Amino acid sequence: MSLLELDDVKVHFPVKKGLFFDRTVGHVYAVDGVSLSIEAGQTYGLVGESGCGKTTLGRAVLRLNDITDGGVVFDGTDLAKLPGEEMRAFRRRLQMVFQDPLGSLNPRQNIESILSEGMAAHGIGKDQTERREKIKDILAKVGLPSNALSRYPHEFSGGQRQRIGIARALVLEPDVIICDEPVSALDVSVQAQVINLLEELQESLGLTYLVIAHDLAVVRHISDVIGVMYLGGLVEEAPSDALYAGPRHPYTKALMSAVPVPDPEVEDRRERILLHGDLPSPANPPAGCRFHTRCPWVQETKCATERPPLLDTGDGHKVACHFTAEIEAGTVKQTLATGIEAVTGTETVAAEAVEVSEGETEAPAADAPKKEPATVPAQADANAKEKETEAKAAEAEDTKKETADATETEAKAADAAEEASDATKKAEGSPKA
Amino acid sequence: MTILTNKADKIDRLAELTQSTESVSGSSLWREAFRRMRSSKMAIIGAAIIAAFILVAIVGPMLAPHGATAQNWRSEVFPNQGKFVGMRGENWFGLDHLGRDMFSRWLVGARQTLLVGVVSMLIGLIVGALVGVLSGAAATLGGKAGQRVDTVIMRFTDIMLSLPSLLLAVSIAAVLGQSLTTVMIAVGVVQIPIFARLLRGSMLVQGGADYVLAAKAVGIRRKRIVLTQILPNSLSPVIVQATLSLATAIIEAAALSYLGLGNPDPAVPEWGVMLSQAQRFFDNEPMMAAYPAVGIIITALGFTLLGEAMREALDPKLRG
Repeated sequence: MSLLELDDVKVHFPVKKGLFFDRTVGHVYAVDGVSLSIEAGQTYGLVGESGCGKTTLGRAVLRLNDITDGGVVFDGTDLAKLPGEEMRAFRRRLQMVFQDPLGSLNPRQNIESILSEGMAAHGIGKDQTERREKIKDILAKVGLPSNALSRYPHEFSGGQRQRIGIARALVLEPDVIICDEPVSALDVSVQAQVINLLEELQESLGLTYLVIAHDLAVVRHISDVIGVMYLGGLVEEAPSDALYAGPRHPYTKALMSAVPVPDPEVEDRRERILLHGDLPSPANPPAGCRFHTRCPWVQETKCATERPPLLDTGDGHKVACHFTAEIEAGTVKQTLATGIEAVTGTETVAAEAVEVSEGETEAPAADAPKKEPATVPAQADANAKEKETEAKAAEAEDTKKETADATETEAKAADAAEEASDATKKAEGSPKA
Repeated sequence: MTILTNKADKIDRLAELTQSTESVSGSSLWREAFRRMRSSKMAIIGAAIIAAFILVAIVGPMLAPHGATAQNWRSEVFPNQGKFVGMRGENWFGLDHLGRDMFSRWLVGARQTLLVGVVSMLIGLIVGALVGVLSGAAATLGGKAGQRVDTVIMRFTDIMLSLPSLLLAVSIAAVLGQSLTTVMIAVGVVQIPIFARLLRGSMLVQGGADYVLAAKAVGIRRKRIVLTQILPNSLSPVIVQATLSLATAIIEAAALSYLGLGNPDPAVPEWGVMLSQAQRFFDNEPMMAAYPAVGIIITALGFTLLGEAMREALDPKLRG
């Protein structure tokens, strides 16, 4: 039994309109069916782009947002259905560290007051003297001087404020701490300190963390298991190393491909998947797979009609995609219609044309897709199995840079070489066929 | 050798200092605001004017050279013929239409004016703040039912705000009958919706702040969240408004007196009453109106200056 289990949690915010009486005209599906479980002592990292519902999910666990549906089972108790006062009592065991260290501290309370208030509310410590001793202990643990007690939040630096925020959670001796973007408001040099502090505290106090972040490096460093959220749902969940070594969901692949590699050569060669378009509105999420509007591998009908469940694909690596196996094996094509750009090659939505720098007039001929499969040997990677056009585009390093659409390609091709033009037109036709 | 011991002393002292860190005390928002206000010219001038006004109100009757109601020089003024007595050594501000010493009346009248201003402001502040807290607390933490309560209260204050303030005050004064208390209540009631709306709005803003969410997450009870988290952070605009509305209250009380709805005993001097009496003789003796008018203007200016200075001092953006 895991310490914290989320079962199909949904948080929908009603959108209201009306002059006199509020009519609900729709819902924002901030979190739409998330299930996950966190073992005691574990760190679960939740990543995703802005607006994907990760913060809302974190707050829903603490019932700071109303949970529309689903269960949050903490240590055998379903928090989602607890009445107010019982929930309040449970909050001692589930604490939160907020993103904005200054905003989450009352500017009119000094540190002692901020830290002791929660203790008083839960009846920890007999009197203020006892509480003060406890607070001093915790302050030492988080690396703050004991003279901080009588000071006010604005007198501290950003990193210190976040330590105060952590101390506020710790004085209640919680089991689980939900860290909502704990370091994103901090200077990079301070981020590491706070992350290390969180890790030390976990070791010494046996804490369980749910870390919400968008910084992939931070999450990788701190997490045991990582869940990737997209538009209110989990798309992939895997042990940290496995996820970074081999992301399986197209969205995760795109996300991971955005992380720069600290090696200029590798950085130059690595393939980047650039997603087209914006995050769809959570008020009107796409039917079927939430990601199908932007997925480079989107397939006919199934992706648009059926929402893929989060399924284990082996070794605890869970993916919510209909075509995980096929994408891994390379048996499905990258449908360019949704748009994918690789740094090395170039493909665009409209044209699917391979444009080659004009100096190498020879190249297009050699690369001419479809017509001459003989050129394929040059591309001995997974892409080879895809439609030749795309494969070439993604792989061929000599065809760097230019993105072109059909007209451009044709015009240029006409100038450069007739062969190229032919090839382009054929390439254009082929995916549709 | 001496240098060395000196050094040792210094080190000891340093150690002492680092040990005795308990004595370091933080500066709260209010303390800092006060520190900033002390260096603000506006605040000092405002405070000086108010202090002078309060001083006059307290000791004025003792300083008055003549009786405020005694018509000592009745035989010297003939209002019907337009004959008045202006400034002279014996009567600094001259005489009014009944031959009373204007300077004495002005000094004595300050007390009444201050009383009306402060009491009616307090009525508005206290009742308005209560309504505002109720509404704000209901809206931020009361859930759906709370929001309904808030809506009802706010529509009611909207109705009150939509009436012209003087008209409302006049109607209240007319209903309650002519007395000093009536003036205070009438002027105070006019201020209630202003304070209520202001505090409620301020509480709504603070209610959405992260630290309120944090307090909720920590498990603090709702009543306590309102009292220790939201309310203290919402009060500063209300306090600024209080100083500003003191000026308005004095002017409005004067207006009521001017309309004849003030203190029924015309013999008791009050700046508003004096102003209304002077109106009849404005053509012949404008100075009679000038003294109480200048008194009201300067006092209102004092409160306004202090209020503005407070607003600036309490602005969190200016905190260094």
